[in-house]
Amino acid sequence: MTPSTAPLITARGLEKAYGRTDALRGASLTLGAGEILAVTGASGSGKSTLLHCLAGIVTPDSGSVRYDGKQVENLSEAQRTELRRTDFGILFQFGQLIPELSAMDNVALPLLLAGVRRAAAHQQAADWLGKFGVYGQARLRPGEMSGGQAQRVSLARALVTGPKVVFADEPTGALDTLTGEQVMTTLVQSARESGCAVVLITHDAQVAAYADREVVLRDGVVKADEPWAAEHFSRAEVRGND
Amino acid sequence: MSTRHVLLGLLTAGPSHGYDLKRRHDERFPQARPLAYGQVYTTLQRLVRDGLAEVEGTDADGGPERTHYRSTDKGSVELAHWLGEIAPPAPFVTNDIFAKVVVAILAEAAGEPADPAAYLRAQRTAHMARMRELTALKTAPGADLATVLSADYALSHLDADLRWMTTTAGRLAALTEEIRNV
Repeated sequence: MTPSTAPLITARGLEKAYGRTDALRGASLTLGAGEILAVTGASGSGKSTLLHCLAGIVTPDSGSVRYDGKQVENLSEAQRTELRRTDFGILFQFGQLIPELSAMDNVALPLLLAGVRRAAAHQQAADWLGKFGVYGQARLRPGEMSGGQAQRVSLARALVTGPKVVFADEPTGALDTLTGEQVMTTLVQSARESGCAVVLITHDAQVAAYADREVVLRDGVVKADEPWAAEHFSRAEVRGND
Repeated sequence: MSTRHVLLGLLTAGPSHGYDLKRRHDERFPQARPLAYGQVYTTLQRLVRDGLAEVEGTDADGGPERTHYRSTDKGSVELAHWLGEIAPPAPFVTNDIFAKVVVAILAEAAGEPADPAAYLRAQRTAHMARMRELTALKTAPGADLATVLSADYALSHLDADLRWMTTTAGRLAALTEEIRNV
């Protein structure tokens, strides 16, 4: 394996309980740089908790998440917030755009928080909105857009800072099939172009089929990582030699 | 699939010869089994015999002689009838996956070395691999309409299999228990 194919994220033995409910019971997985990984499983199998642990939103009760040489659970809250702002993009089922802000301001916000000047932030936001076919909605607020438009704005907001990983939790869950297809195609093309990795949580096999690889969570444990490991690494080597 | 009606449909674009019809069929139905030349010629002869198509003429164009066929009025009526006819919604379940799972549950309950859960997991892996191929095919830049439609069709059917397999995996313990108690 060449150095460029070393995992970007390695999670080992993640456990997390909410009260008496075990959400994760020793989940382990790896994510390669630029890899698109689908995490599937039944409702309540721990998919969202796993995503929250990987993205440093939630601290696991035990186990570790190593991202780009850093142990995420050892970082301070401020350091994790910084990591989410600089290296991670997050996309939810319902975009979670800020309802009072226009599409343009929603997309520019992560740049403004990172200290980019207003004019430059708006220029970059406009570029991403144009790339995703929603520049015409730049002045609209989330409530004035269709579900598909709002989700493309959310996707622009997740990608505008040039993250190394996008965490997408059921990104097409609230969309019809054709609109969902447009969002997935846009997400995958953008990730491929920028070399950004994607963790894609979904219960929909047709959405999971956009990924390079699938892991199945069952009762808080990753069940189906192994069969794809060989294929994953051979693909990663091909990419590394480009 | 009714090859005679598909060929009649392709002839609506204008007179054509067997080789051209075969080529256009394979373009329009990219995920289907390619048509054999022999089948094309046999079907065309039957269409002519039944008055649904007729020979328009022949040309050689520097190579072997080719017969051109065109649809007749009777052919147009037959095509319209077929297009309006409802296909029976799958009256019987005759699928290999279904049969294997049922037999694996019976065999496992009888103490034979069968593992329906392992089979379902392996089958899911194979289905997902095919679904990734089809998704790549239909989302590739410049994918044509025929490819997108046929990939969508195949993806929806594989997805339906997967849903059934997931539900069945969840029911396995209860199903095996039921058989053991009979």
